[in-house]
Amino acid sequence: MTTASSPLNGFPDRVPPAEVEDVELYHAKSWITRWVFSQDAKIIGIQYATTATAIGLVALVLSWLMRLQLGFPGTFDFITPAEYYQFITMHGMIMVVYLLTALFLGGFGNYLIPLMVGARDMVFPYMNMLSYWIYLLAVLVLVASFFAPGGPTGAGWTLYPPQAILSGTPGGTGSGIILMLVSLILFIIGFTMGGLNYVITVLQARARGMTLMRMPLTVWGIFTATVMALLAFPALFVSAVMMLFDMLLGTSFFMPALVEMGELAKHEGGSPLLFQHLFWFFGHPEVYIVALPAFGIVSDLISVHARRNIFGYRMMVWAIVIIGALSFIVWAHHMYVSGMNPWFGFFFATTTLIIAVPTAIKVYNWLLTLWRGDIHLTVPMLFALAFIVTFVNGGLTGLFLGNVVVDVPLSDTMFVVAHFHMVMGVAPIFVIFGAIYHWYPKITGRMLNEAMGQIHFWVSFLGAYLIFFPMHYLGLIGVPRRYHELGPTSFIPESAATLNAFITIVALIVGAAQMLFLFNLAWSIRHGRPSGPNPWRAASLEWQTPETPPGHGNWGDTLPVVHRWAYDYNVPGAAEDFIPQTVPPSDTAATGEHR
Amino acid sequence: MIVAAVLVLVAVGSVAFHFLSPWWWTPIASNWGYIDDTLIVTFWITGIVFTAIILFMAWCVWTYRARPGHRASFEPENRRLELWLTGATTLGVAALLAPGLIVWNQFITVPAEATEVEVVGRQWLWNYRLPGPDGVLGRVDVRLVGPENPLGVDPNDPAGADDIVVENDDLHLPIGKPVRVRLRAIDVLHNFYVPEFRAKMDMVPGMVTYFWFTPTRTGQFTAVCAELCGLGHAVMRGGVVIVEEEEYRAWLAAQAGGTRRVAAAR
Repeated sequence: MTTASSPLNGFPDRVPPAEVEDVELYHAKSWITRWVFSQDAKIIGIQYATTATAIGLVALVLSWLMRLQLGFPGTFDFITPAEYYQFITMHGMIMVVYLLTALFLGGFGNYLIPLMVGARDMVFPYMNMLSYWIYLLAVLVLVASFFAPGGPTGAGWTLYPPQAILSGTPGGTGSGIILMLVSLILFIIGFTMGGLNYVITVLQARARGMTLMRMPLTVWGIFTATVMALLAFPALFVSAVMMLFDMLLGTSFFMPALVEMGELAKHEGGSPLLFQHLFWFFGHPEVYIVALPAFGIVSDLISVHARRNIFGYRMMVWAIVIIGALSFIVWAHHMYVSGMNPWFGFFFATTTLIIAVPTAIKVYNWLLTLWRGDIHLTVPMLFALAFIVTFVNGGLTGLFLGNVVVDVPLSDTMFVVAHFHMVMGVAPIFVIFGAIYHWYPKITGRMLNEAMGQIHFWVSFLGAYLIFFPMHYLGLIGVPRRYHELGPTSFIPESAATLNAFITIVALIVGAAQMLFLFNLAWSIRHGRPSGPNPWRAASLEWQTPETPPGHGNWGDTLPVVHRWAYDYNVPGAAEDFIPQTVPPSDTAATGEHR
Repeated sequence: MIVAAVLVLVAVGSVAFHFLSPWWWTPIASNWGYIDDTLIVTFWITGIVFTAIILFMAWCVWTYRARPGHRASFEPENRRLELWLTGATTLGVAALLAPGLIVWNQFITVPAEATEVEVVGRQWLWNYRLPGPDGVLGRVDVRLVGPENPLGVDPNDPAGADDIVVENDDLHLPIGKPVRVRLRAIDVLHNFYVPEFRAKMDMVPGMVTYFWFTPTRTGQFTAVCAELCGLGHAVMRGGVVIVEEEEYRAWLAAQAGGTRRVAAAR
């Protein structure tokens, strides 16, 4: 084996000896331990993804109901103000935590990390299994709150006290808020078990030759997001515990002396702002916990389907790490008009706008990967392009809201709703769609139906843009968010109601298109075109498994050995337009120059 | 072809919507034109970047489409290009941040001559309190709130004896005079928001917050609540009337009922 030096990382082509012996896996002895209480990360990943999608459907239905109310206020008697607030609260919490976080980290993380780094499984399979079952329990507790007396909490997904635990808020004094907080606590416990697995697997169980700087960006994104989640979720954990104490034990962590429905409440001395700081210390990193896996995955989708190396790989890795670190010192940009000391505004506006620089670098590098590429407009690529459009749009409106004084008129208006849906709703979900179309063949051995995929793409992309782009302008008028009806308000023109009705109609259509997608997922398992092991001719490790779908232990008898990064596409002199990571340098004419 | 065309349409359509749609901010009625200016600068910079990026993407999708005989070029990185782009982005971000921070400094620095009014949020209505002839608002304590003392004014503080509490009327303010709006809530978070004034700030039980502005246009303005405060959030409306100085004095003089109320609670 030659030791040709690489122009990319300055290291010789290094394949170290195996330091850790190949592990003996737990082998399931029964159907139950194989498919239900499974310790195989691939099964756990599918379990996570299925559960997240199921609860995501609930969130989708909730969004339909709230859009019906906003588009045609007064038409639907069965939607009361209380229910409207319960819908928006549960929609937000489900989408952010139980769908996006769980799907990216629990779903894609579990399925892809071992395969992409060349491991047989996660390092702690039993704990990994527990992680899923505790997540499922958290989801069930959340669902239970719909059936609780008084219904689920309607405090908004931010759960700001004091109102979250007072009688003026739906579910505020009943079991709604308690079940919400308990569910979050369970989710965090479950996530921590999975998260430690993902991090340690990446650090300890990579195949020989899989240096950190050879890992696909998908793994970098999920890895960094998981580290962040392990640091950020504890802040939410303690705020949930403290709020439960305030409610059940009469403590006053977040509760000052206040009047509740004309009576002096039994609290004194607490700080509502303390909760907001804790919440956003979690909440802002949470945005990137969702975004970084999307960044990573979309980088790989673009590279594979444009048949070109990802542009500026090292910059991309560092941008992910720097964004992850910076996201811990920007949280109070959610609180510019919260009443916190206004001098904080200078600091948090500066850090927030600095984060735009590494984020912009990522956008440039995606574009420069397309540039001079050989672009195949497959469904995964289409979703990747749609991600860039919506992410750039939503990222740029972040420059409005992050720039403290511009945020003053816009905060708490529909502009904010439009911004965060575009940047952390629509954009990451497009990546999820792209990723499913991309990896479905590896998971099932069959392709998803292309025609259904095209319809799903066009309706989702154009529809989502038509929903959320005009919505910014409602916020510019001054339409506040979290209003179940606008009512007669002097500064809101009649035409705003027309726009709201339009948005509702488009939202119903986009929602319906997701049913087609789910049908495609089910239909193609049996009727999809057989894909073979590597339909996209991709270079990364998961496409080089001996079996498709990968078997128990992933790699057959011997673990793979990695000789190159995951982006050797159209290497000059190479016979094929891609070189898998497992191909040694001596096996290709192109090695001398390009790894 | 279709994909590239749609991308162009998205870019051009977004710009056209921005200029042609009827939905735009309310005509301003305060001194915070600076905020509007910063917003316009932000629209221009981000609009140009957005259009450039989407059009470049459309061009790439068309020019580098897969076709027989076409290959991608292998180019792992390009240090100069990456540094150049990073530098340009940093400059653009600084161009947004600098004016933003300057205007923020104005926003949080209340002029010495500003008079003070208090707005108190409660589920789900607004009350106001104006200082009497002494020009000072008396101490308050939420534990004193009751039917006779809706804002919890401390009867033992002489400064509060002449305070004027407005319960069932719009807040009136004189045009052209800077006013510091002292914000309190007695139950949950609220946010006193008049879009025409541009300024807003949360009201937090247990704290006193503020913003300031100078009314620049007479008229009747609607105040809404901009922080989720429970079931009645969407119907929590108030009014602010900006009037000429003489009219304001006449209104103030007519508010004697509030004064009596505070005195009676003593």
